[in-house]
Amino acid sequence: MSTVFWGGNEAIAWGAVDAGCRFFAGYPITPATTILHTMLRVLPPNGGIVMQGEDEIASIGFCIGASMAGYKAMTATSGPGISLYSENISFAIACEIPLVIVDVQRLGPSTGSATRGADGDIQFLRWANTGGFPTIVLCPSTIADCYSLTIHAFNLAEIFRCPVFIASNKEIGMTRETVDLDKLERPDVIDRKEPPEGQPYMPFRVAPYEQVPYFLPVGAKGRLSRFTSSTHGEDGYITTNSDFIEKQNRRLEEKLAKAVGEFTFYDYFQAIDSDTLVISYGITARSAIEAARALESLGRPVSLLILKTLWPVPEDLIRRKARDYKRIAVVEMNMGLYLREIQRVLCRDDIISITKMNGTLITPEEIMEVLSK
Amino acid sequence: MSSPSLINPSRPPVFCPGCSHENIVKALDRAFVNLGLAGDQICIVSDIGCSGLFDTFFNTHAVHGLHGRALTYAAGIKMCRPELKVVVTLGDGGIGIGGAHFLAACKRNLDLTLIIMNNFNFGMTGGQHSVTTPKDSRVSTSFLNQIEKPLSVGEVAAAAGAPFVYVCSAYDKDFSRILEEAIKFEGFSVVEVKEICPGRFTKWNKLTPKMLEEAAQSSSFRGLVMENERAEYGQAYRDYLASLSPINRPDGIKAQFEPIETKRYEVLILGAAGQHAVTAGGVLALAAMSAGLRVTQKNEYDITVLRGPSIAEVIFSGEEIHYTGIKSPNVVIAVAQEGIDRRRSVFKALSADSLIICDRGLELPDSKADLLEVDFKSLGVKKSQRAFAGLAVMAAMNRGITMDMLRFAIDRRYDSEKIRKEMHDMMKTLSQGVIKSGG
Ligand code: SF4
Repeated sequence: MSTVFWGGNEAIAWGAVDAGCRFFAGYPITPATTILHTMLRVLPPNGGIVMQGEDEIASIGFCIGASMAGYKAMTATSGPGISLYSENISFAIACEIPLVIVDVQRLGPSTGSATRGADGDIQFLRWANTGGFPTIVLCPSTIADCYSLTIHAFNLAEIFRCPVFIASNKEIGMTRETVDLDKLERPDVIDRKEPPEGQPYMPFRVAPYEQVPYFLPVGAKGRLSRFTSSTHGEDGYITTNSDFIEKQNRRLEEKLAKAVGEFTFYDYFQAIDSDTLVISYGITARSAIEAARALESLGRPVSLLILKTLWPVPEDLIRRKARDYKRIAVVEMNMGLYLREIQRVLCRDDIISITKMNGTLITPEEIMEVLSK
Repeated sequence: MSSPSLINPSRPPVFCPGCSHENIVKALDRAFVNLGLAGDQICIVSDIGCSGLFDTFFNTHAVHGLHGRALTYAAGIKMCRPELKVVVTLGDGGIGIGGAHFLAACKRNLDLTLIIMNNFNFGMTGGQHSVTTPKDSRVSTSFLNQIEKPLSVGEVAAAAGAPFVYVCSAYDKDFSRILEEAIKFEGFSVVEVKEICPGRFTKWNKLTPKMLEEAAQSSSFRGLVMENERAEYGQAYRDYLASLSPINRPDGIKAQFEPIETKRYEVLILGAAGQHAVTAGGVLALAAMSAGLRVTQKNEYDITVLRGPSIAEVIFSGEEIHYTGIKSPNVVIAVAQEGIDRRRSVFKALSADSLIICDRGLELPDSKADLLEVDFKSLGVKKSQRAFAGLAVMAAMNRGITMDMLRFAIDRRYDSEKIRKEMHDMMKTLSQGVIKSGG
């Protein structure tokens, strides 16, 4: 065992470096600022670029520019900054620009509480784009998750050419925790695919049986790349061909929705002789683990499903795991935002909802109290 | 040195007849040709509106993004591809909505060329007033332009630090040479082009090329702005990077000592700003890590960091720590009233096995815990060192950590020999002081 003592934000920064991130831009906001600081400390000495935007819009704009130029890029903010990112999130979705966006969530609404945690943005991250296109949202529970999910996030951004969110929380980002370097999951690094040489490049043409077009960076030699926020054809020029537009928009949805099985990250702890499944995510899942342990020792075992991929909703997994349980409970640090997804997927309206929205952690005891009823 | 035209023959300009934009397309192409640039050496980043069509007319790398944000994408591209010539086209609308980016770009001085196509109104959306619309013009937004002062783009650019500002009209006979100069300039160059928009603006307002030329000629912005001359941002950035040496991920800590115990152990440090409670928490964490324990730490302090409480919560355990909240601390180190007052409720949760190490003179809520009052002042411990001194007392009493663990943590945390020695000396004084007082 060889341990470092990292905050979640620091672990995200190191994950980014190890994923091949070469560009970071951000704007100061608690509780995400230490990602900017850590990136500034570690990326430039290793040849990467870090910038502080004049605002959040500029920060994500820089990152989009860098990614179009072929650099792996990341930005980080908290809920109020995601609001300002929104139109550029749509741009990244439309132009299929790989990008990692970290949201270290804090208590809302609005300015809310800068130094109190919450998981109140998880629907926002899914829906903060015009057109309602799906996004990928990964959600760490531990500091070690922050590291490895960041590498996964970069890989997914590269594979699917899309923005990928990490839904962290003040309670993870600014909490420090020992991380065993010997046990750290280090996924292999994947890079975006450049178009084969010797063919004219069509920026948004997909090869047969593929869902994602090749990526040619701005600045490539000999061939020209094009990106446009307008509704575009395969050639990257504006189009009014409604058949193609329909096809293109369906593809943007399907490339993620159909592939979620390839990136469904989760932990599942099955208790023997349990009729109850607790579903949780983020920092709150850790209270759920402790509650499950305590309940087991009281002879009232519950099983536990910890989701680390929140969007697209890993529906198959949830259905498979929930099948054998009479009682389902969802525990979350917001006002029941993921509950509605579980209700929808399981077609059940009897799901127990344990929530809190005051900036403090849900305690194991609070979970136990509800579950031992 | 010249190259073939970069005009895209399959995408001819589609502007209203008489639109000045057409002149810009031609002049820009001539500038590219004269500079001998090939399409793959250029990226055009266009904004929204009629100026947002520019990326389509040329065979170059091209980006068409969101309204007002063109300069931000251009900055990202240029930082990563310094060899590219990046040309940004904005309208007067784009300067308004993207004002913050415009100011920042002037201040930053990254090598971009910004062409501002100023036709005094929003053409594409129907002749609404923009930030440059004169007060006496007729626009589709009724009287709204009459009660505002129009913005002088050149003056704003220069005031914000742009080292190259040129104000001209689309009818200047040297127009393509001006664009050439701007593109060649190594730094942020701004060219404001005064234009005619027959589709909207001149439907209601009299404006001729001659009037525009006169207005442009009367401007003092003719390229270089001497007082703003300085190093180009991208080059300065790269020069700085070249001076740095690579850094590696920190090495982990391996267990050196046997832990005193492996059960969950909670320590709460209650201090005030300036007492380094958070740093002390970090040192405590290192001490616990040296015994192979798992550790978590959370901190609390006010946003105005130089005032108010400063609190650290440290938990260690031989097992995985799941819940990171403090339940019932084993040890409370109380060194400031601010910290105690912020966490009064925790004292109720203390058990008879808990220990409070408290600076003499502080007022504590009732609790079942053992209380050790230490007169830090008389032991010569400065206020700023008392959170750390609390750790030394803990170690001296073998509560949670040992003296060896704490010594290891200090050596790991501080590079400076002087600080290390100071800390080690303080540990000695305190352990003697505590033993003397029978704690
Ligand atoms: S509306 Fe104005 S700016 Fe737009 S193309 Fe017509 S004349 Fe030119």
